[in-house]
Amino acid sequence: MTRTRFFIALALAAVLLAAVSGIVASRSPDGLERVADDHGITAAEKEHSADDAPLAGYGVKGVGSAGLSSGLAGVLGVGVVLLVAGGLAYAVRRKHDRAG
Amino acid sequence: VHVPDGFLDAPTSIATGVVAAGAVAVALRGARRELDDRTAPMAGLVAAFVFAAQMVNFPVAGGTSGHLLGGALAAVLVGPWTAVLCVSVVLMVQSLLFADGGVTALGTNITLMAAVGVAVGWFGFRAAMVILPRSLVSVPPAAAVGAFLSVPVASLVFTGLYLVGGTIEVPTGVLVASMLGWHTLIGIGEALITGLTVASIMATRPDLVRGARPVLERRELTIRRSMTASTAETEAA
Repeated sequence: MTRTRFFIALALAAVLLAAVSGIVASRSPDGLERVADDHGITAAEKEHSADDAPLAGYGVKGVGSAGLSSGLAGVLGVGVVLLVAGGLAYAVRRKHDRAG
Repeated sequence: VHVPDGFLDAPTSIATGVVAAGAVAVALRGARRELDDRTAPMAGLVAAFVFAAQMVNFPVAGGTSGHLLGGALAAVLVGPWTAVLCVSVVLMVQSLLFADGGVTALGTNITLMAAVGVAVGWFGFRAAMVILPRSLVSVPPAAAVGAFLSVPVASLVFTGLYLVGGTIEVPTGVLVASMLGWHTLIGIGEALITGLTVASIMATRPDLVRGARPVLERRELTIRRSMTASTAETEAA
């Protein structure tokens, strides 16, 4: 597989995972939530300052279907993370052309 | 779901914020040695994949789920310093855009999942590679070992932070036992996802897996030697 094809495949895998997350992900509390619920820590949780944000809670505000809303939010998130992390990686990388 | 605002008091959150900032600063320097034109796109893609995989909670037991932390996976794929940056970016986007993980707890979450998760995942992977046969086949199971260890260790570090700066008192033994119990189970899921992902990438492009490089480089030396030998034979004939 060429490098470009491999990168496209990895990107598609991420997009696909994010797109189906709303349908396939378990809705049970995760490990930390479970411990917090069992031992009364949840009461200490403060409201998140970004709770009103358009993508808060992995949903797109205004999209009715829960599966679609979560899938859309996930795909948008994949794009943002790709741009930010990829951009950061490009900024800090070794630049071969400078050495010569 | 990550540590929200309010679980830890302000001094503890500030302390973890300082630790996180230090870890990211050191990682920015270290990542220079890991990243070039060839590997920089891989870093972005690995971060995106970790973000997506974290959305897919898997059930573990008794109505509880877990999700990938991704520190070990990222470390094996792109190297530990770059992995710290990748997971930190994921956590920042999750907190600021998706309201997952408190903004005041961002330092705590970066400390736990980016610094501790990557460090334990990477050293666990390296240790397993020393014990396992020095072969490409060993890379996915070694990654799974690092992944498995990273989750309970990160949960223990959270427990330690909570015992110092937790806002609601919980008996030490109870908190240690329940955090460790659930996160050991989640560690099994982390190991499976990490092992399978690394295995499928190793099957297509092992040269893009940072953790496989020492084995690949040694293998290249073997090939060169046999090529030299066959060249010598041809010349002799």
